[in-house]
Amino acid sequence: MTLQAVLLVAAALFCVGLYGALSQQVIVMVMMGLELMLNGVILAAGAFWWFLAPAPDGQVLLLIVIAAMTVEMARGFAVATLLHRSRGSDMTDSATDLSG
Amino acid sequence: MLIVVSFWVLAVVSVASGIAVFVVDSMARATYALAVSFIAVGIMLVMVGLEYIGIITILMMVMEMAIMAVYMVMFMGMNPALMPMDMTHGKRWSAVLAVGTFVLLAAGALLIPWPARVGAPAVDLTASLGEAIMGPKMLAMLTISPVLFATIIAGLVIVNPRGRYDRWGDDLKRRPPNDPMRGGLGQ
Repeated sequence: MTLQAVLLVAAALFCVGLYGALSQQVIVMVMMGLELMLNGVILAAGAFWWFLAPAPDGQVLLLIVIAAMTVEMARGFAVATLLHRSRGSDMTDSATDLSG
Repeated sequence: MLIVVSFWVLAVVSVASGIAVFVVDSMARATYALAVSFIAVGIMLVMVGLEYIGIITILMMVMEMAIMAVYMVMFMGMNPALMPMDMTHGKRWSAVLAVGTFVLLAAGALLIPWPARVGAPAVDLTASLGEAIMGPKMLAMLTISPVLFATIIAGLVIVNPRGRYDRWGDDLKRRPPNDPMRGGLGQ
């Protein structure tokens, strides 16, 4: 197990999540893509911490990323609820009012 | 040797289940696949000494996936485990962008001459994290707390079906307020 190997796995997770976040129409599925991207970020940050500088500061950074995931999920669910209530749909294509 | 084999097994499981999220034909299965991916990553974090973070990741994401499954049932108005669906757009360009990003990140991971490790991990990593949070890194935690609190408030404001502007109008001067039935505050 090397830093490069872990970073490759993290990059794969990030890119699978990126594909999902861009290609999915249902908001909850878009959120799943974003979660997968952050999953890769957490793994990469953990690898950097262990292989480069295993000081406690790196663990604090990981906690911040996990907190960001929590915020993203909470706001995402709130937006999905609002959209479902106002439009009767939870698709991204029905929320393009601000596009362009 | 055992660690190396375990790592690669977990790596394959995490990436394969991540791909499965967008391949399976029901949202419930996608949720379970994402939970499996997070569990595999959590175990990998434990393998690099991050016991606390790894366990938190597993516990939090399993709970989050359970909530997500509830939301899917709620919004889709059907049993998502039994209802095949394909709701996507721009799959080709998304795939091109994802593969391009992976090539870029992989090239960076393999070609950059990473420096040697600086310092050694603490004997008790979880205790060292606790000391960091309660000591020099307390400001980070103090910042996260109001952010999480603001998230709770913002979430409530966003999902609130009727706010004060619905009752009192855009200038908050409508009297009496526009309520579905008489009674209550201001009437």
